[in-house]
Amino acid sequence: MGRGLLRLLERLGAGTRKAVTRLGFASRFFVAVLRHTPAAFLRAPLTLREIYFAGVLSLVIILMSGLFVGMVLGLQGYDILSRYGSSEALGTMVTLSLVRELGPVVAALLFAGRAGSAMTAEIGLMKTTEQLLAMEMMAVDPLARVVAPKFWGGVISMPFLAALFSASGVFGGYLVGVQLLGLDSGAYWSNMQSAVDFRIDIVNGFIKSLVFGIIVTWIAVFEGYDTKPTAVGVSSATTRTVVEASLAVLAADFVLTVFMFRGV
Amino acid sequence: MSRIAIDVWVGIFVAIGLGAMVFLSLKAGNLLTTSNAPGYRLEAAFDNIGGLKSRAPVKAAGVTVGRVENITLDPITYQAVAILRIDRQYVFTKDTIASILTSGLLGEVYVGLDVGGDEEMLADGNRIGKTQSAMVLEKLIGQFMLNQASSLASEKK
Repeated sequence: MGRGLLRLLERLGAGTRKAVTRLGFASRFFVAVLRHTPAAFLRAPLTLREIYFAGVLSLVIILMSGLFVGMVLGLQGYDILSRYGSSEALGTMVTLSLVRELGPVVAALLFAGRAGSAMTAEIGLMKTTEQLLAMEMMAVDPLARVVAPKFWGGVISMPFLAALFSASGVFGGYLVGVQLLGLDSGAYWSNMQSAVDFRIDIVNGFIKSLVFGIIVTWIAVFEGYDTKPTAVGVSSATTRTVVEASLAVLAADFVLTVFMFRGV
Repeated sequence: MSRIAIDVWVGIFVAIGLGAMVFLSLKAGNLLTTSNAPGYRLEAAFDNIGGLKSRAPVKAAGVTVGRVENITLDPITYQAVAILRIDRQYVFTKDTIASILTSGLLGEVYVGLDVGGDEEMLADGNRIGKTQSAMVLEKLIGQFMLNQASSLASEKK
């Protein structure tokens, strides 16, 4: 009994220590990547290639999901708002929910699944096949050559993807509200324009997407770099990227929302 | 894929991404017409502001001419003091009446300015003398019921 309890405590302590150590390593890794920022911009073709893989190839999924999310918001919003006789506020509702929350958050979740997992798998496989080691042997810093361009490619892509998600969602809401349900097109746009504030809504949404971009790509490149060099290691690192990045995005969204939209 | 092809695709991506941001700023956020001109401040004291919130619009003849910047309670008179930020291009007479109105039954609450005939104009920091408080629906209904009851009572006599 006593020994069992002791072993439990031991395991708890070891787990906590491991988690704290990993967090410390991840933070140190983040600082190291930031210090290699000039390398990422001096080797612009590498960063451009990463923007291509993280951003351009995510375009279809982002635009399609944005459109569907906007259309669903249009249908649900119309149903609720028409009960209060204010279905003209549909444009406001769709746009505010997209620009403030759904655009940055859902785009970041999709980005974690689509681009983050690919980054982790690529870096992890390079580590498993000892390509990273080989680079170091040739006096090429893998942080500068591989990690920093990936990081900045992801961070640059994310705000664009979130903006595209919101814009296609607004269009989806327009399709459902105006074309399908017969709302007045002028009411849709003018109510939206009088309620959406540039600084409070759009700039804050942009800040959110930038923070989420940093979080997701940081976790993705770190998990890749920290992979156990085995086949199982790569697969579990990829899974961890998606899980951790999604949780971190949702938690960070709560914190940011508390600061940004606490109510007047 | 060749470098030039990648460059082209990244260029297209960044261009439509920027396009989406411009679309959100201009079409949804209406950046052009909400001028960030500094404007000037007016004060107005109300007995009851009802559901007025800061950032609510200030309208004259239905046109938005400014926004409510801040609402505080005067510790001496126990009146609510709303600070209105008015666009610089609009000036109002000294005898302007500020009233708290609602667009529609459940719509947004805003401050309406009714201009008088005074020759002097309100300047930065001035207080609007005549104000009309928000209509509180519950009070109105209560008054209506009371009137009904008293008229019924007088009919019976």
